[in-house]
Amino acid sequence: MLRLDNVHTHYGPIEALQGVSLNVEKGEIVTLIGANGAGKTTLLMTACGDPRASSGTVTWKGEDITQKATSEIMRTGLAVVPEGRRVFSGMTVEENLAMGGFFNYTNYEERLAHVLELFPRLKERYSQRAGTMSGGEQQMLAIGRAMMSNPGLLILDEPSLGLAPIIINQIFEIIDQLRSEGTTIFLVEQNANQALKLADRGYVIEHGKIVLEDTGDNLLVNEDVRKAYLGG
Amino acid sequence: MSRVTSAFVAALITLVLGGFLLGMSLTSEGINLVVEASSTGKITFLFVGVVLVFLLQLFREQVGRFTTKMRSDERMELPGFLRTPQQQRVWTMFVIIGLLIFPFLSSRGAVDIATLTLIYVMLGLGLNVVVGLAGLLDLGYVGFYAVGAYTYALLNMYFGVSFWVALPIAGGLAALFGFLLGFPVLRLRGDYLAIVTLGFGEIIRILLNNWTELTGGPNGIARIPKPTLFGLEFSRRPSEEGATTFHEFFGIGYSSEYKVMFLYLMALVLVLITVYVIRRLIRMPIGRAWEALREDDIACRSLGLNPTSIKLGAFTIGASFAGFAGSFFAARQGFISPESFTFIESAIILAIVVLGGMGSQLGVILAAIAMTVLPELAREFDEYRMLLFGLMMVLMMIWRPQGLLPMKRPHLELKRD
Repeated sequence: MLRLDNVHTHYGPIEALQGVSLNVEKGEIVTLIGANGAGKTTLLMTACGDPRASSGTVTWKGEDITQKATSEIMRTGLAVVPEGRRVFSGMTVEENLAMGGFFNYTNYEERLAHVLELFPRLKERYSQRAGTMSGGEQQMLAIGRAMMSNPGLLILDEPSLGLAPIIINQIFEIIDQLRSEGTTIFLVEQNANQALKLADRGYVIEHGKIVLEDTGDNLLVNEDVRKAYLGG
Repeated sequence: MSRVTSAFVAALITLVLGGFLLGMSLTSEGINLVVEASSTGKITFLFVGVVLVFLLQLFREQVGRFTTKMRSDERMELPGFLRTPQQQRVWTMFVIIGLLIFPFLSSRGAVDIATLTLIYVMLGLGLNVVVGLAGLLDLGYVGFYAVGAYTYALLNMYFGVSFWVALPIAGGLAALFGFLLGFPVLRLRGDYLAIVTLGFGEIIRILLNNWTELTGGPNGIARIPKPTLFGLEFSRRPSEEGATTFHEFFGIGYSSEYKVMFLYLMALVLVLITVYVIRRLIRMPIGRAWEALREDDIACRSLGLNPTSIKLGAFTIGASFAGFAGSFFAARQGFISPESFTFIESAIILAIVVLGGMGSQLGVILAAIAMTVLPELAREFDEYRMLLFGLMMVLMMIWRPQGLLPMKRPHLELKRD
């Protein structure tokens, strides 16, 4: 579905991605793990067209989207839950969800009902301002908002960031459920242990290069991965 | 330091500073300048001020408690008779009817000030879209106002275009300018955007000032005709052979007041249209997008919204309202020059938006009234007028930093069946 071929990305003179190739197939959960500054966020941002790749190609559903504008890409069935949630804090839960369905009014009601079913908490907080909710609830809202566009592929950038372990478990359960409903998931995580347990396949990124690719289970037991990301 | 000492020190500072500024005056005696004590009136004024400072400092805690109470974020409750939408609609109708009758009941001067106020209401509402809703700080709003005014004045001077034809052109042209300016600069954020727009406003003014062959430069353009009512003029005699004037048509005596009333009613209609259009826009997806963009532009992009085009929309729509207001202003004044479009105008309009409570239409309307009517009422204080005005603004920012009536966002109700 989503495919990156030998992608290089530059921030000015700095080469943040040095020839990255990666693919996500329909129905999979693929995770990307790596240390701070390894290029995880840059990789997924490049997939969304901001910043654009300086060379290489990004293909989405067979179409080359390397040079497309972010706003266009995001309307073609790709959805991102940005790092740090970024809900519209002054708007209510309802309005946040409505923003998620901004470009896709078909079956709006159904999708809304579905999202509220996935996240009963959002139903309770329906008319509350997003900024007054807890971090976990905001993360649920961010995921729910992204799901409102009925995406084929959901990209999550560090959904566990700054959340309590019990909430992280809930979030991961929801991700698993989304997959079972047919949404493909590309998960970028620092919480390598949980991400790899959930994922079908995983990639390890270091200094802008993919250094390892394997099934989630294999990566979990891989010596190098254990040492570097799982604390021995 | 005890409270009394600190209050005493504060009062002393006031006395020393005020003593130099108010207590003495320079008069010329022949070729010499002589320092003299000011009139007793001013000295009394100074001492009242000193005592006031002393008391304020002495009872600072009590005053502080009082002001925090005023500032408290308790929502302003609407009075009982204004709660339901039906009641609000009824009261809105009453207010509109009141405003329609107003010119027939009051003096010519009052109607004139009311007309001016309405122009500022329109400008405030227009800028509110840009600053209050979309969160783009625009310091050159007066540029679009000038574009509107000069559009009518020039079209009339060179091609004899009437006001009613020029009005939409002025709005359109101002919108076009907004669009053209917005295109390159809307990538900028916050302060940078403010500086560029500030520059733009000045460029327009300086261009008008220096392009003497076209615009008459600093001399401005005079004898801009007033709007007509379906071709009926409001002058004593028709400007052209064979045309009829308003009073001849209706067979009533001539009075210059008809013209003033007509201008007022016209301004009122323009304002009502503006309010209506913007209200609709806020409730449309574009309005919601403006608000979302103001809150978080990265999130907006992750949802497929294109920030540049949304900002451009706000900028263009805001500019068009300035264009309408500008052409009306030109018609009302009958004379315009670059002097009318200095930065201070932008600042006043921005102050209206901020004072009103960013994003709130009713707040902006109230603030526009306060900003134009209060300085008029305070005319008796002549030289202290601006001082009072400044004081009012400072107090306002201390007590209600969120504005007179902070925006109460229309709540989105999705239809469910």
